[in-house]
Amino acid sequence: MKIVLQDLTKKFPGRGRKKREEVVAVKDFSFEIPDGALVGLLGPSGCGKSTTLNLISGLEQPTAGKIFFGNEDVTDLPAEHRGIGLVFQNYALYPHLSVKQNITFPLENLKGKDKLTKAQMNEKALEAAHLVQIQDLMERKPGELSGGQQQRVAIARALVKNPSVLLLDEPLSNLDARLRLQTREEIRRIQRETKITTIFVTHDQEEAMSISDLIVVMKEGVVQQIGKPQDVYDNPANLFVAKFLGTPPINVFHGEIRDGMLHIGEEAVLPVCRTENQKVFVGIRPEGFIVQEDGPFSCALKGVEVMGRDISVLSSNEASLNPTVRSIVDSRHRVDTGSGRVRFALNPRKVLLFTKDTQKRILTAACEVSI
Amino acid sequence: MKRKKRLNDNIKGWLYLLPALLFLGAFMVYPLIDVFVYSFEEGYHSASQTYLGIGAYNYSYVLHDPYFLQALQNTFLLVIITVPLSTVIAIAVSVGLNSIKALRDFFQTVYFLPYVTNTLAVGLVFMILFRKTPYSDGFINLIIRFFGGSSVDFIEGPYWAKMFVLCFYTIWVVMPFKILILTSALSSVNQDYYKAAKVDGTSRWRTFIKITLPMISPMVFYLIITGFIGAFKAYSDVVALFGTNLNAAGMNTIVGYVYDMLYGDSGGYPSYASAAAILLFVIVLTITCINLLGSKKHVHY
Repeated sequence: MKIVLQDLTKKFPGRGRKKREEVVAVKDFSFEIPDGALVGLLGPSGCGKSTTLNLISGLEQPTAGKIFFGNEDVTDLPAEHRGIGLVFQNYALYPHLSVKQNITFPLENLKGKDKLTKAQMNEKALEAAHLVQIQDLMERKPGELSGGQQQRVAIARALVKNPSVLLLDEPLSNLDARLRLQTREEIRRIQRETKITTIFVTHDQEEAMSISDLIVVMKEGVVQQIGKPQDVYDNPANLFVAKFLGTPPINVFHGEIRDGMLHIGEEAVLPVCRTENQKVFVGIRPEGFIVQEDGPFSCALKGVEVMGRDISVLSSNEASLNPTVRSIVDSRHRVDTGSGRVRFALNPRKVLLFTKDTQKRILTAACEVSI
Repeated sequence: MKRKKRLNDNIKGWLYLLPALLFLGAFMVYPLIDVFVYSFEEGYHSASQTYLGIGAYNYSYVLHDPYFLQALQNTFLLVIITVPLSTVIAIAVSVGLNSIKALRDFFQTVYFLPYVTNTLAVGLVFMILFRKTPYSDGFINLIIRFFGGSSVDFIEGPYWAKMFVLCFYTIWVVMPFKILILTSALSSVNQDYYKAAKVDGTSRWRTFIKITLPMISPMVFYLIITGFIGAFKAYSDVVALFGTNLNAAGMNTIVGYVYDMLYGDSGGYPSYASAAAILLFVIVLTITCINLLGSKKHVHY
């Protein structure tokens, strides 16, 4: 089902004895989620992504704005009538009930004409269990399951009522690294099979990028950018998004545009076109560095980490905002660790410019071909 | 070498336990055994500390003593009425307290007040509230009369009236502790369970039965066990309401009977008292065992 958020705003009253200012958790969030999409809400903790999820689920009421499921306005509809499935960060499985009882719990609430017989319930529960592959664990208690299995049970419980929207709150944060990788593919598979519009919240950009059709990057309650993961990575709207996406993170430098050339420190590193002279932030993705003996950009070499396929060159530059500039280059390049300096050429598509004041992106696309 | 070290460790361990063992032995285990022995010594004379023989006569006497049977009946009635009622009411009040926001602290304090008040003082207040003298009615009787009923003497009147006051009073006294325990149990239940239940459209009643109750079941069970034991041992409350001559009032309890046998007007019979005490012990033990067995199915840790 298509979901439309219209100028969604949520304010929480300030706490404490002194009248504090109210907290704006979500501000003017407008977004149309296409039917059957897997959307990742991404941002650092406290950015309002969980609140957004709660607003969509109906557990919280928006201060302003509207929510539509399909063409139906559900803003004032309580959570239980919205037809959603919700998976909690800690799974919230009822510890005293078996896996099967947990999964059938939502079905037992159905009343009137929707009421199911015991056999129908069991059938549906088994169906959901098959989908997440926990059919052998039906009689166990949640306490006897591993984290990953509990996660599956929680998803099965959320899916058993055939919801039109599936919401996942930090679905992978309680799992260890290996299980996380496995489970995120699992979520993707389940979502593909059921074709349910799914929204999940995460603070892990890798997780969001890897499985989402669309990602929404949020900061302090304000949406920064919405788009396909690759588009957002390649063309971040501002410095925050650029810094938030990508591992290792983007390297940021103080720079200046003078006479059609981008300067970092005193070195003219890249021609840029159609841009007036100004001071800028320069973001360079780690993969944007090319080791080249006569390259225009020089850094003090700190070390080299060998990762097999690639090598990671650690260096430092006075204009850098971070103490270490991390670049990833192909391992066929030999870096002479004895010299103490390393010179790079830059891939212009991986060099992103941002204004100093608003930190918004400066588009320099026209010049990219010139190098 | 190894064995020697283990022996040393063993001695050390026992040494640490010694103070507790000494006190427990002297003030718990020895008296218990002593009471048990007393209860089988027939015709014990406390002045000369002699007895005629060993046997079960003491038990037979106690079990045929109408005062003991009366005390037994009173105690059982008190237990059966007050334990379930007070637990149910305490759960209801706690759930109510837990779901309000305004004035919550205030009500919590109000509900806790009886706990810090002296039993005898409270008993006195109850006596004044419920009493009826030839010259005046107590406050409760004024209310009954206001609604068109005829006044009843709850303190020296019919049996059911006295039992009512006793139960009312007991529930009122034990409630604060239960509410305290249950509110803390309730507030420690993870709110996500309720959110999950809400999203699934669970009715309030079903949420309560299927989620809240199982979640707080260990605490409820604890309260039921201690409630049973406490009610079986009721004595001071009864004295506070009906005075020390409980046999005459027909409101004696088992512990009251034990006390009377030792020190009351008819006192000086430690053997009978011991037999009654052992009987009480057996009753409490049996009930507690039944409780423990029954809890296996319904309590979720």
